[in-house]
Amino acid sequence: MTDAPARGGQTRRVRVVLAEIARQRANADHIRTELAEQTRVGEALIRGLVRAQLALAVRLAVVVAVGLGGLPLLFAVAPAVAEVTVAGVNLPWLLLGVVAYPFLFVVGWAHVRMAERNEHDFTAVVQRPEQ
Amino acid sequence: MSPYTVPAIVVVTLATVVIGAYGLRLARTTSDFLVASRVVSPTWNAAAIGGEYLSAASFLGVAGLILKYGVDVLWYPVGFAAGYLALLLFVAAPLRRSGAFTLPDFCEARLRSRWLRKLATAFVVFIGWLYLVPQMQGAGLTLSTVTGAPYALGAVLVGGVVTANVALGGMRAITFVQAFQYWLKLTALAVPAIFIAMQWQAAGRPAITPPNGVVFTRPTTVVVEHAARLTLPDGTVMRVSPGERFDFPAGAPVPIVDGVEDGHDWLLPGSGSGDRGLFATYSLMLATFLGTMGLPHVLVRFYTNPDGAAARRTTLVVLGMVGMFYLLPTMYGVLGRVYTPRLLMTGETDAVVLLLPSAALGDGLAGQVLSALVAAGAFAAFLSSSSGLLTSVAGVLSTDVIGRGSVRDFRVAATLAGVVPILLAVNIAGLDVSQVVGLAFAVAASSFCPLLVLGIWWRGLTDVGAAAGVLAGGGASAAAVLVTVLGPPLDGWAATLVGQPAAWTVPLAFAVMVTVSIATRRRIPPGVASTMLRLHAPDALRL
Repeated sequence: MTDAPARGGQTRRVRVVLAEIARQRANADHIRTELAEQTRVGEALIRGLVRAQLALAVRLAVVVAVGLGGLPLLFAVAPAVAEVTVAGVNLPWLLLGVVAYPFLFVVGWAHVRMAERNEHDFTAVVQRPEQ
Repeated sequence: MSPYTVPAIVVVTLATVVIGAYGLRLARTTSDFLVASRVVSPTWNAAAIGGEYLSAASFLGVAGLILKYGVDVLWYPVGFAAGYLALLLFVAAPLRRSGAFTLPDFCEARLRSRWLRKLATAFVVFIGWLYLVPQMQGAGLTLSTVTGAPYALGAVLVGGVVTANVALGGMRAITFVQAFQYWLKLTALAVPAIFIAMQWQAAGRPAITPPNGVVFTRPTTVVVEHAARLTLPDGTVMRVSPGERFDFPAGAPVPIVDGVEDGHDWLLPGSGSGDRGLFATYSLMLATFLGTMGLPHVLVRFYTNPDGAAARRTTLVVLGMVGMFYLLPTMYGVLGRVYTPRLLMTGETDAVVLLLPSAALGDGLAGQVLSALVAAGAFAAFLSSSSGLLTSVAGVLSTDVIGRGSVRDFRVAATLAGVVPILLAVNIAGLDVSQVVGLAFAVAASSFCPLLVLGIWWRGLTDVGAAAGVLAGGGASAAAVLVTVLGPPLDGWAATLVGQPAAWTVPLAFAVMVTVSIATRRRIPPGVASTMLRLHAPDALRL
């Protein structure tokens, strides 16, 4: 703040109205208090978030359970699948030795993205100024 | 033997001690000492977690298993990596926000029960020691394989270095040591792998599974150490006794020792035992997928993340790093069939990673340097995994059993936690490294996994329910461990159910925990709503 004008006055001026900030903060504080004191609104909000995060985790776990967990059964039921070769390598070796790792990473990456979006949405609801 | 091996091992050990001492100078306060003041960046932290996690079982055992059993055991490395996905999906961020440093801390924070804390402490110590003993044994075996030193020397050497380092350096030091060792382990497998693959390519890609069975690629002499039954590709069976000497010319078929798979059994999934094989595969998947989150040394690391979101990102980086590492042991196991077929005859397949570089590249400079590199990597694996385990066992011992968690208590606890597994490792030499590590995963999956998952996502969990579930699942799997290690050999379904217990002990633990919690509904801790809020509210709100 104090040395900004010394750099040639290139910093953009921002209009500050103390009352606006104070009001925003009051709203956010209000909902934080509701969350912290477990009023019914706060309780419903946090339950919604927990449910959304759990649903996300379970959905992705099912993707892995089907994608990887289905393989032993598939090889047992249809042994011919295991004998397919791609570039001279048998399919089970390719799937378990190589493809499984990027698959797990992509699922993990998707989880981090979506879980952060859930949290972002939640924060947005909590900090939205009440009309 | 390569002349560079001993210097390489000494350099790795010294580097570990020196980095530890460097970290020690930075550690000033108790908080610094135990949790690195939570200033470790996600990449460093992820490398440290990877370095701690990739133990002797990963570095040596996985390649050995693949050489021996083929495609069916690829589930071990896949499961070891997938464990981090389960950790990411269900545990990482809420656990970090709970502020718990160890599993007993989590029990107390979530269920407000002192005696549940004691029970969790007992399981942390059991799993920690179960995992430490094979690490020290592996060190003893490696040292005796590559240098001919006595078995006990390796176990005592590694145990002593690790114990002193943990007792003096604390966790700050360990973070640097572990991160350094992840990269060392990756390099030590990747560089030789590239040379070996080039050699295989240049030799016109010799067949991995020749139609008429595996053959010796060069003249080989084998001296028998244990009585065994060998089978030749044409079905001839021969019995050998200790001291017998065999000279095979190049191109001679390799007699395969009992228990090692060959041909179609090795190449294709689901060999032999039908339903039991399928059950064992699913049991192994369950143990490794869900066991990682219950390993004490993995969870301690999460406390060094600044917040829940960072914990999530760290876990994702670990998943990538661990996955990258596990591409390599498969290569060693597969190419071992071409270059070290002798191991199929002796059955000592755990040595494949150590022997493959010189077998494939010859005794020239490249072969010798790369052999020394893998030996150094193997030592890094023992040092880093046992450091992490020892830190966490010492952590719970110092806060819950010996004292109140001061630096001095931690040092006493670290010494005690280190001496017990060293003595066990010196006195019991016959345990199989990979199998015991697998059992440690099964115990973790059937005790701490249900406790963490239900504790984080279900409000209805009670202290009595949690204790009943941990005792039922963890107790049953611990009993299976003791029967496997100490009991008589079993066969048929009994062997499968005891040898791979996770498929029944994990559902048992969940079922008991849920049922007893519902029955004792009145014991739900009063502050559960605010605990849930703390676990799940985004970090940005700082509630």
